[in-house]
Order: sequence, then C-alpha cells, then structure tokens
Amino acid sequence: MFIVVSLAILITMGLALARAIAGPTVYDRIAAVNLFGTKTVLLIAVWAFISGRTDLLDIALVYALINFIGVIAVLKLVTVGDFHSSSVDETDPAKADTE
Amino acid sequence: MLGLGLASIALTIFLATRMNLIDDESYPFHLFSQFPAFFIYILNEIIKANIDVVKRIMTSSSISPQLVDIPVPQKSDLGRVIYANSITLTPGTVSVALSKDTLTIHALTKEAAEDLTKGSMAKKIPDAVIKK
Amino acid sequence: MIIDILSWACLTVGGILGIIGAIGIHRFPDFYSRLHAVGIADTLSAILILLGLGFQAGLSLAAFKLFLIFVFLFFTSPTASHALANAALHSGLEPELADDENKK
Repeated sequence: MFIVVSLAILITMGLALARAIAGPTVYDRIAAVNLFGTKTVLLIAVWAFISGRTDLLDIALVYALINFIGVIAVLKLVTVGDFHSSSVDETDPAKADTE
Repeated sequence: MLGLGLASIALTIFLATRMNLIDDESYPFHLFSQFPAFFIYILNEIIKANIDVVKRIMTSSSISPQLVDIPVPQKSDLGRVIYANSITLTPGTVSVALSKDTLTIHALTKEAAEDLTKGSMAKKIPDAVIKK
Repeated sequence: MIIDILSWACLTVGGILGIIGAIGIHRFPDFYSRLHAVGIADTLSAILILLGLGFQAGLSLAAFKLFLIFVFLFFTSPTASHALANAALHSGLEPELADDENKK
C-alpha cells in the first residue's frame, strides 16, 4: 500500500518535472520545482515507513528547509539578477525566457 | 553532559540579551488561546476550497481569474501576515501584493473573490494588539 | 484495524490529490492559475499523506517528526507561493483575466 502511494507521488513528480521543462515562463519553472521539492519531502517520509527506518524523517525535515531556502534564493537570483544588489532592475526575465 | 548543555543555553541567552537580539514581538504567546479554533477553521476552509478547485481541474468548467484589492482590517504586522498567509493557503486564492492596508489577491473564480471581499475570513484571524 | 483503514484512506486520497494537482498545472492556461493547482498539491495532499503516515506511526517520536514537517510545510508553502506571485507581478508578467476580450 505504501508502494501505491509512493508511485502516486512519483507520477506527480514526473508531471511537475515535465512542467518545469516545458513551462513558458521562468516562474512556471520555479513553481514546478517547488512542487517537486514538496513531493520529495513526502516521498522521503513514505520511504522512511517502507524501509522501517524512521530516522529518515530527519532528512525529510532538513529537505523541507533546504527546499524553501532554495526556492527563495533562486527567485531572488532570477528577479534581481545577482546577490549583491538590493533593488529589482529593469530587465524582464519572464519575457527573455519566452522568446 | 546535561550540565554542559544547560551552560551553553545560559551563555546563548546571555549573549543574545547583550546584543539586543530579542525584540518585543518575537513570539506571540498571548495569541495561543485563539490558535486552536482558528486552526480548525482554516483546515475547514482548505478542504472546501480544495474540493472546488479539484472540480474545476477535472471537469474543465469555466475559470474566471480575477485580480481584486481587498482591505486588511488587521492592525498589527503579525495579523496582516497571518491573514495573507491564510489567503494563500486556501487554494483558489493567492495573495499577490501586500501593502499597508490593502491586499491584492489573484482568485481563480469570481465566487472565491467575492467571498474574500465580504471579509468573512478576516474576522477569524487572531489579531495581535502589540503595545509599543 | 480501524486506524489502518483510516490511514490507507488518507494516503490514497492524498496521492490522488497530488496527481490531480499535477494535472492541473498542465491544464490551466497561465502562470497565476497554475499557482492555484500547485496550492492543492502543496496543502491538502501533503496534509493527508502526513496524517496517514502519522496514523501508522502511532504515538512515537516519528509522529512528532511528522508533525514538525507538517508545521514547516504549513508555514513555508504559502510564503513561497506569495513570493513567486509577487515577483512575477513586479516583473510585469500580466495575468490572464476573465474580463479581457480574449475570453476563455
């Protein structure tokens, strides 16, 4: 039964990955990667119960933290362009990515 | 071992107070009594909104995306943040921009936008009145 | 026994909701409405799967860790969604609105 749930999560991850590859704007990609990361957390949690090693839940917790920080960091990098300035500049990453 | 841990905690607290790291709205203890009822309410809202959005995905019935401005009645920063977060948490509505007293939201359907404009959720948010 | 059935029900519904959310991000026309589909998979699906695992864990340290994961997802997923929508709006990505002339 856990196997069925992990399969469902894997299908979700596959669809999210397809959107991350296909997504017309860069924000679609980031949203898809965010969904992918959330599903990874759930997959690790389910895997902890399949294999009976509940200490894997610590890894899931840390992955949730890293996922959030990573999404925010990538978003900052995409909107501002670098990490050392503090204002949003005029270039438009959404349009540049659409072609 | 436990003594060492206790000593390091005491040292951290001592250093933090010396560096003025602890500000006056660090942790909302005074809101704890309101949280359980709010939590049940928000869970209920999430489930209702989820059923609605799932229906719209599966039946490809019409969606009518809206951008609307709604007023934010909360006085404190914390109350505003909780309000914006709970709007985003319910699927079908995403808060896009938050300013001093208005909140721009993107709603998937007209009904969801009207629900928020009426402001039934705003009344349930635990509002912290923080004395400065 | 009852707890087992309850936990399987939660896990199955959570998995199905995740797939529906993922289908949603392929069916909706523009970025802002896709964000709502991500919201489904982020909130109720995650809550149900963690709840189902929590029923399996019983009262133990594992259940407490699951609760911590739940609290963390509960706070960060709307924050990430809001940051995404805010950044997209500021960069000039126009949402597709219902009262435009290109009505869907």
